[in-house]
Amino acid sequence: MLMIEGIRLTKEHEWIIIKEGLAVMGISDFAQRQLGDIVSIELPKVGSIFRKMQAMAIIDSVKASSDIYCALSGEVIEVNEELLEHPEWINQSPYDLGWIVKLKPSNIEEEFNSLMTNEQYNEFIGEIENKKEEEG
Amino acid sequence: MKTPFYDIHKSFGAKIVNFHGWEMPLQYSSGIIEEHMNTRTNVSLFDVSHMGRFEVKGPGAYDYLQTLVTNDISKLNDHQALYSPMCYDNGGIIDDLIIYMINREKFLVVVNASCVEKDLEWIVKHSNSVVVENISDKIALLALQGPLSQNVLEKTVAGTNLDQLKPFDLIITNIFGIECMISRTGYTGEDGFEIFFDSSKIDIWDKLIQLGSRFNIKPAGLGARDTLRLEAGLMLYGNDLNENITPLEVPLRWTVKLEKKEFIGKKALITQQVNRKLVGFEVLEKRIARHGNEVLLDGQKIGFVTSGSFSPTLKKSIGFCFVPIDSLPNQLIEIDIGGKLYEAKVSSSTRFYKRK
Repeated sequence: MLMIEGIRLTKEHEWIIIKEGLAVMGISDFAQRQLGDIVSIELPKVGSIFRKMQAMAIIDSVKASSDIYCALSGEVIEVNEELLEHPEWINQSPYDLGWIVKLKPSNIEEEFNSLMTNEQYNEFIGEIENKKEEEG
Repeated sequence: MKTPFYDIHKSFGAKIVNFHGWEMPLQYSSGIIEEHMNTRTNVSLFDVSHMGRFEVKGPGAYDYLQTLVTNDISKLNDHQALYSPMCYDNGGIIDDLIIYMINREKFLVVVNASCVEKDLEWIVKHSNSVVVENISDKIALLALQGPLSQNVLEKTVAGTNLDQLKPFDLIITNIFGIECMISRTGYTGEDGFEIFFDSSKIDIWDKLIQLGSRFNIKPAGLGARDTLRLEAGLMLYGNDLNENITPLEVPLRWTVKLEKKEFIGKKALITQQVNRKLVGFEVLEKRIARHGNEVLLDGQKIGFVTSGSFSPTLKKSIGFCFVPIDSLPNQLIEIDIGGKLYEAKVSSSTRFYKRK
């Protein structure tokens, strides 16, 4: 059960936390478990500008390649370059060492509230897991 | 469909995926890379009961199989096995098989899960007086793979000297008091055994896990099976082989015995003009190429990727792709991954890993 103060999440399983006016983003623990062993990441360039839910990074796991979407519109201020050497940190520490980018949001007032809270996200992934149980 | 070990997989924390209609473990809780490395250094147990198993019997069984496949079964003694493609008249590969000769009138043929129905239809169609029976449901199949697999197995096959069981040899023996057939075969590039037994005797799984605990045995799923076979340069039907590919275009030239009197596909293969070849490659950037990605040279499409993954042993992005027949090792190529081009290098063979 995810319990992090102030976190917001997307239906594509990215998380964001606002810290000192910047949006820190990564992927959720649920997402990293679905992907399995992560072996590489392609990061955006600092200074890139993305619209909300535009693809900004690519993660390769042993089994699959996945686009990572930008949860808010804005400009990339910093990227976690250590992930290039340690992509496994996204598996091991998705909310801390595994952060992916820091973004200066450009339209946070309108966009922030459309993201899911902790509780909403837990319910959302609960539904996904129930559906899988029924199918499996 | 489920193998007899489905509930056991769940109890070991397996992530289950659908593989050609079979609910199979992709990985267990430790993950693909750890399962892969454990197979390279210790020993792993794989459930491969989804693979098709046919019994081919009768006085004409030997001659019949000799015309059915491209490799030469006259090289076999009783209790030996052989790998071979099986082709259509036009040389396209129907499937790749392992043929286990019990004796000249009784064979076991192991085929890919994805090909069971078409193989059976093809084999029965040409069978004349030979009896072909699909015994997949009756027989379970486990693969014990890794450098310590003999250490595990020799504790249970009393009175059998496994040193005398050479690669592709088989024995019929007892383990844990249960009759089984054991062959020194596998799909990982490591030493290992495949164990065939009555599908009701599922306790064998737990007993092997218990017996192997001091050798750090762990279950491993289809994910590790795929990365292991890729490193070892082994073909996967549906990825690297299919009906539009002949064995002369892939590193299976050694399995086509054109000097054999007659076999299905011989005429086409003898006259085939081979224009492309399957090679190994390494992506020089940090991306993984996948099945179907285009291969380019100077902006021109020259082939496509048939398999690609991360190599846990080499810690590199590797794969197999088709290139023109005149391509040389170390040639630089580009691979289109998701609309972007990445540089890659042709390897000297499809085998990236060879055990010591």
